[in-house]
Amino acid sequence: MTVGLTFGLLAMGLLLGFPLAFAQVYGYRPLRWLSAMYEQTFRGIPALVLILIFHSGLARSFNILLPAFASALLALGLRSSAYQSQIFRGAIQSVGEGQMAAARSLGMSRFQAIRYIILPQAFRLSIPPWTNEFSSVLKDTSLASAIGVVELAEQGTLIMTTIQFELGARWILVIWLVVSLIYLVLTSVGNRGLGLLEKRVRIPGFEAREGTKP
Amino acid sequence: MEREGEMGGSMDSVLRVEDVHKTYGDTHVLRGVSLRVDRGQTKVVIGPSGTGKSTLLRCINCLTTPDSGRVWLGDTEITAPRAEINAIRARIGFVFQSFNLFTHLTALGNVRIGPMRVLGLRKAEATRLAEEELRRVGLGDKASAYPAQLSGGQQQRVSIARALAMAPKLILFDEPTSALDPELIGEVLEVMVALAREGMTMLVVSHEMGFARSVADEILFMEHGVIVEQGAPQALFTSPSHPRTGEFLRKITELYGE
Repeated sequence: MTVGLTFGLLAMGLLLGFPLAFAQVYGYRPLRWLSAMYEQTFRGIPALVLILIFHSGLARSFNILLPAFASALLALGLRSSAYQSQIFRGAIQSVGEGQMAAARSLGMSRFQAIRYIILPQAFRLSIPPWTNEFSSVLKDTSLASAIGVVELAEQGTLIMTTIQFELGARWILVIWLVVSLIYLVLTSVGNRGLGLLEKRVRIPGFEAREGTKP
Repeated sequence: MEREGEMGGSMDSVLRVEDVHKTYGDTHVLRGVSLRVDRGQTKVVIGPSGTGKSTLLRCINCLTTPDSGRVWLGDTEITAPRAEINAIRARIGFVFQSFNLFTHLTALGNVRIGPMRVLGLRKAEATRLAEEELRRVGLGDKASAYPAQLSGGQQQRVSIARALAMAPKLILFDEPTSALDPELIGEVLEVMVALAREGMTMLVVSHEMGFARSVADEILFMEHGVIVEQGAPQALFTSPSHPRTGEFLRKITELYGE
């Protein structure tokens, strides 16, 4: 459940985050303004509060009862898209202006220039900060337990209640240590995978990023 | 001295600029510039920094729009409200002072991407063309190198090859050697001289007087947003009609040598 939720969130964040970032950098003014508003909003509200808004908030006020999983996905996914948009915006902006000028000078349209020149470079630049977002999102999924999504942390709570009666309270710490270990394994496996991706797409001249690797 | 600018002119004109004005905020960068480059000609624009030389090139390449005045590429008016800017840019090569090679592509990739994505050539064709253009600038063996693995001079030659691969009617050079270490300038100028001799039409902003003297059909001296004087290099050097021209020429000859 945790893994599924994480992937769902990252995918959602990615799908929304990229267009948002491009809207912020290259969009026309109203579009730029809207995406900035969106990004400010979802980065400004605590994750837990967002989850509660999308779950009990919608349910109580509008009678829209989303399944717990969907609420968590929506709340954390929109939040992640706001964060990811900033990662991509930074990456896009660190691609020099000359790249766009050179692409346009060849007769490429703005869209072509973004597609063939800016995007491939921004993509590479955004991998290292993106590994951070991966780790945060993975750990934020634990907040979904607040609305009863049975992910890793909630599983811990459930096991804890059973074990407490059968083996005694001193096992509680063990349970949480095991849960932590699982989180740790998941984040390191994910980070390792992203590190490999980074290496695979590395291009001479982008070595400056070496130092920022996790 | 003859001032072109009126409509008409010979069939051979590749570029005509007519009374172009451009203002940025309070600064009147271009105050009515007119010039003409015919097929196969090389013209060199010189002048103190901040006189609008780069702005002039950017207006020609539609990177900025002039406030008034008209620019023609052959029979096509670039400044027309419905001009197809992308199609026009595809026919004008632009060589930047800072090279601006695409950092994520190899030398070959840099030269190939225009023909592939803009002209619609198939990959194999575009590759063959790109290899040819790289050989033309003496970098046939560097096809698989990334920009960061090339010297400044090599990068600039790749960027010339990138422009050439589009088979442009005209190439604009914006101070192509100003960002280079002195020992790397020669290799770039050599390529440019060869191009000029092969009959490429070129408008070059540069203070390389050696280059200007050997291949320029005309030197244009620009100051404060106007062309102060223009003429054949020899004439301009020996008997400039405007005192500022002589002064400036002496100064840059001192600085850059011959």
